[in-house]
Amino acid sequence: MSHSHPLHDFRAASSHAAQDPTQRHNTRAAMDFLMQRRAAQFPDADELSRLRDLGQRIRQRALSRLPLLLEQLEARCVANGIQVHWADTPAEACEIVAGLMRQANSQEIIKGKSMVSEEIELNHFLEAQGMTALESDMGEFIVQLAHEKPSHIIMPAIHKTKVDIAHLFHDELPRTPYTEDVDELIQIGRHALRQRFFTAKVGLSGVNVAVAETGTLVLVENEGNGRLTTSAPEMHIAITGIEKVVEKLEDVPPILSLLTRSATGQPITTYVNMISSPRKAGEKDGPQQVHLVLLDNGRSQAYADLQLRETLQCIRCGACMNHCPVYTRIGGHAYGTTYPGPIGKIISPHLLGLDDTKDLPSASTLCGACSEVCPVRIPIPELLLRLRQESVTPENEPNHPHTVRGQGAKYRATEKWLWRSWARIYSQPVLYRASRFAATRLRGLLPHDVGAWTIARAKPQPAAKSLHELVAEYQATQGNQP
Amino acid sequence: MTSPPKTVYLFGTCIVDIFFPTAGISAIKLLEREGIEVRYPQAQSCCGQPAYSSGYLTEARSVAMAQMMAFSGDEPIVVLSGSCAGMMKHHYPSLFDGLPQQTQARAFAARIYELTEFLTKVLDIKLCDLGQPVEIALHTSCAARREMGVRDTSLALLNQLDKVVLKQHDHEAECCGFGGTFSVRHPHISAAMVEDKTSALKACGVQQVVSADCACLLNINGALEKQGAALRGQHIADFLWQRTQHVEAKQ
Ligand code: SF4
Repeated sequence: MSHSHPLHDFRAASSHAAQDPTQRHNTRAAMDFLMQRRAAQFPDADELSRLRDLGQRIRQRALSRLPLLLEQLEARCVANGIQVHWADTPAEACEIVAGLMRQANSQEIIKGKSMVSEEIELNHFLEAQGMTALESDMGEFIVQLAHEKPSHIIMPAIHKTKVDIAHLFHDELPRTPYTEDVDELIQIGRHALRQRFFTAKVGLSGVNVAVAETGTLVLVENEGNGRLTTSAPEMHIAITGIEKVVEKLEDVPPILSLLTRSATGQPITTYVNMISSPRKAGEKDGPQQVHLVLLDNGRSQAYADLQLRETLQCIRCGACMNHCPVYTRIGGHAYGTTYPGPIGKIISPHLLGLDDTKDLPSASTLCGACSEVCPVRIPIPELLLRLRQESVTPENEPNHPHTVRGQGAKYRATEKWLWRSWARIYSQPVLYRASRFAATRLRGLLPHDVGAWTIARAKPQPAAKSLHELVAEYQATQGNQP
Repeated sequence: MTSPPKTVYLFGTCIVDIFFPTAGISAIKLLEREGIEVRYPQAQSCCGQPAYSSGYLTEARSVAMAQMMAFSGDEPIVVLSGSCAGMMKHHYPSLFDGLPQQTQARAFAARIYELTEFLTKVLDIKLCDLGQPVEIALHTSCAARREMGVRDTSLALLNQLDKVVLKQHDHEAECCGFGGTFSVRHPHISAAMVEDKTSALKACGVQQVVSADCACLLNINGALEKQGAALRGQHIADFLWQRTQHVEAKQ
C-alpha cells in the first residue's frame, strides 16, 4: 500500500508548514481551544490520575490477552448475528468492503467517521472501482469535498477556517449562496448530508470500543450521523483495528469518559451507540446485516514486542496531538500519514514500515507533553527513543532481534562513525580535555553559519575557559585538592 | 529528613562546561556556603544523552560508564541540569538493563539530584536577597518539569528572594524547541518553537530569564541574540549566587 504512491517528504512538508504564518496561527488557536476544553474537564488532578491509571490497566489487561479476546469477540458477535471478517492488509480490508457492497447490490456506501477507513484509503479504492463513498460526518464531508485528507483524528477539518468552508460550500455544493455565518454553514452541510441517507443501502462506521464478553460495538459521536449510518441502511459494516477490544462491558464507561473528556472536552458525547446485533424479528428498524471487519495492518508487529505493544493501548482521543508543540507548529497534513502527531509517530512505523516513516521518530524534542496527557499513559517519548534505536540499527546487526519492518532505515555508516568518535572523546578524559580546549580556544574561529542552528539563532559562543579549568583555578585559590 | 551529607559531587554537564562555566562555580559556592565540600571530578564529560536520544545505545553506554567511573563512591551527585539529571537518574538503569553494570547504574541513579532539588529538599537552604528589585521569568526544561518533577524547587528558591518578581509567560509549560539533535535535524520546526518561546518571554516584559537548564538557555539566548533583543537567560545557580553572595562576606 505504502509503495503505491511516492514517498511523502516529511522534512520538506514540515519545514514548509512551520514557515507558514497562517497555518501556524490557525493551528495554534485550534489546539489552544482543545487544550482548554480538556483542562476544564479535569479540574481534580487526583481524580484524573486515578482515571488514567484505570484506563491504562483496562487497556493493558485487554492487550495481555488480545488473541483470546479477539476469539471471544468473534464468537459473541457471530452468536449475536454479526458477521466477522479478518483483514491482514489494507488491500484485503478494501476488498472485503467492496465485496459486501456488491453483495448488497450497492454502488455507494455512506460513511460515519472512521480513521481505519482512512488508513486503508477506502474512498480512493472504491472510486477506482467505480463505486462511491459518501462521508456523513461534517468534518469528513468537508475534507472530502476539498479533495483533502483529515488533518486530525478527531477533528478532520480542523485546518479549515470558517472562510475556507464558506468558499468550499459555495463552490462545490449546487445552488449554495456564499455565507460566513457558522450556523448557516452548519445547516447547509447538514442538509447536504441528510439527503444521502435516503438512498444508501450500505453504511460504514468505525468502532471506538469492541467488547469481547458481549460482542458489543461501541461508537461515540456528536452529529447523529453515526446512528443513522449504522441503523438506516440495510447493511452496516463496522471496521476497526484489532487492538480496540476490551474484556468486559464494565470496562467501557471509564474508557469512554477518558476518551470524550480528553478528545473534545465533553463529559459524554451526544450519541453513544452500542451495537450488538442486526435487526431482530419484530424490530422496526436497524440493518438486516451487520459486519465487523477487523484489521491488522502491522498491529501484530507492535503486539509481538512487549514495549512496542504499549502503542496499541491508544484509544485515539487525539489529546497527544492537541498538546504537541510539533503538531501545533506544522499541522496534521505535514506528517503525510493517516494518524498525525505523537500517536502517528509511534504507530505509523508499524503500519507503513520504518523506511516510509524514517523521519518521524526524530521529529520530537521528547518534551513529554503527549505522555503527560495521554489518558491511557502511553510512554510516547520512550517509544520514540526505541524507534530511533531501531531506525539506526542495521538489519544485519548481530544479537538484535528484528522487531520493526524497515529497521535500519536511518542507518548511515558515516553517522555511526561520528557517534563512535563522539563516544570515544566523551568517554576518555584526555580526549575530552583536548576537544574542550579546542572548542573554547577556537571560539573566534567557528564558521559564522553553523548550519541549521543559525536559522533562528546566533552562533553559540564557547566561554573563554571551561568549567573544568575554572574549577581547577578556583580550587587552587582555595588551597583545595583538585 | 536525615542530616545533609558533608560531601557532594558536582556534575557540571558538557553544555555548562563549554558555554556557561560560571554556573558551575556559582553552584560550588552556593553549596560550600552551606558547609558542604564539593568535589568536581576532572574526568567527567557528558551524561551520554546526545547519543542515547539519537538511538546509539552502545555509544551512550560507553560515555555513561565513564561517568559512573568518574563518580565512584556513594556521595550524592548534584547535576546542573534537569535534563542530564533525568538521563542519569531515569535512563541509566534501563540503558544497562540486563547487563552486568545494571546494579551499578541503579546505585548511581539513586545518587542523582538536580541542583535546585538538592538545595531545597536536602539542604532546605535559606536565601537572603541582596540584589536590586528585578522582574524575571522562569523557563523550566521539559525534563526538569516532567521527568524530574523539579519545577517547584526552582520556584521555591526564587520565591525566597523578596526583591525578585516572577512573571508568567504565555504557554510557559511548552518546550523551547531545543531537543538536542532535533534542533539541527528539524531546524524549521525547532526555529518555530524557539521563536514562539522567545516572543512569549519578551512579551511578558521581564528584565531577565532564569532557567536551571543550560541547553534551553543556549537555544533561547541564541534566538534572542539573533533577534537583536537585549533580554537574556541566566542559569539559576549564577542568579542565586549573585543575588545572595554578600551574606558570606558579612558572616
Ligand atoms: S496516544 Fe494517548 S493521547 Fe494520543 S491519541 Fe492515543 S490515547 Fe490519545
